[in-house]
Amino acid sequence: MTTKKFMMVNRKAPYGTIYAWEALEVVLIAAAFEQDVSLAFLDDGVYQLKKGHQTKGIEVKAFEKTWGALEDYDVTKLYVAQESLAERGLTADDLAVPVEVLSRADIGKLMEEQDVLLSF
Amino acid sequence: MKFSILVSEGPYTHQSSDTAYQFAKAVLAKGHEIFRIFYYHDGVNNATRLTTPPQDDRNIVNRWSKLAEENNLDLVVCVAAAQRRGIVDDGEMKRNGKDATNLAPGFRISGLGQLIEAGIQSDRLVVFGD
Amino acid sequence: MLHIINKSPYDRPALDSVLATGEGAILLIEDGVYAAAKGGAEESKIKGAMGKFKFYALTVDLEARGIADRVMDGITVVDYAGFVDLVADNKTCQSWL
Repeated sequence: MTTKKFMMVNRKAPYGTIYAWEALEVVLIAAAFEQDVSLAFLDDGVYQLKKGHQTKGIEVKAFEKTWGALEDYDVTKLYVAQESLAERGLTADDLAVPVEVLSRADIGKLMEEQDVLLSF
Repeated sequence: MKFSILVSEGPYTHQSSDTAYQFAKAVLAKGHEIFRIFYYHDGVNNATRLTTPPQDDRNIVNRWSKLAEENNLDLVVCVAAAQRRGIVDDGEMKRNGKDATNLAPGFRISGLGQLIEAGIQSDRLVVFGD
Repeated sequence: MLHIINKSPYDRPALDSVLATGEGAILLIEDGVYAAAKGGAEESKIKGAMGKFKFYALTVDLEARGIADRVMDGITVVDYAGFVDLVADNKTCQSWL
């Protein structure tokens, strides 16, 4: 099978809409298809990665466990926009998984290198 | 060139489905090929045959079915998103114990792998959403 | 790269995100075409970015919203055939939803 570079671009906060959750399902399938998968988190997308989601009260599944599963699928390229973190008063220490924090411009350069960009 | 299209919103509420449709027509008019149109998130709602829009308004669902038939297009609805939102074909009806189907002509329900395959096999993939 | 924006700049900050992140071509469609109108708060931002980006706006969306007569200089108005060409001419496209 051809291997292409797929980047999933996540810009939306979790739980307020379903996009973040259903985007994750695409990531896992792309990895199962042995594609070169990376994830970019920009704007409110960075909130998806925040530690400590307690979702029992809103009766939906939390993200944290699934981030942990990504490594099992060999999905380790997670890029987070530094400016998006800073605007929201967050640092890499607030996040549930290891990520590479890059400037928006550097994430833009990575986007240019992809074969397929999926936004949700 | 081979194009694929991802439609992420349902009919009427967002302009995305209309834009995707107009884009698909323009792709074909230019002599390109459409490998697949994939419907995800609320985009699966483009595939229910039970809509009755006003007579003087465009019939978005029928429009997709007609485009598919006239151009031999592959319209694929994501099974997981369809299950969540109640888009059902015969197979899903039997599998999930439902008492009806509602899938419109020209559409088929399948897995997210079809979206990944579309990305792999196409030269261009365009996302239409909110 | 082709960046597609479909939301009004007064509603969503997608345009700001693109300007900070990318380069190449920006196509305004659907409610995104409001960014193309002269005289708005976005005008100087867009004019400032014209060195780095080529701007396009979809004609039918401008017409639908009654702003086809006030498109900023420097923005190229395209039809759906032009939209297809933009996608074909750029290796990838990102929809800033």
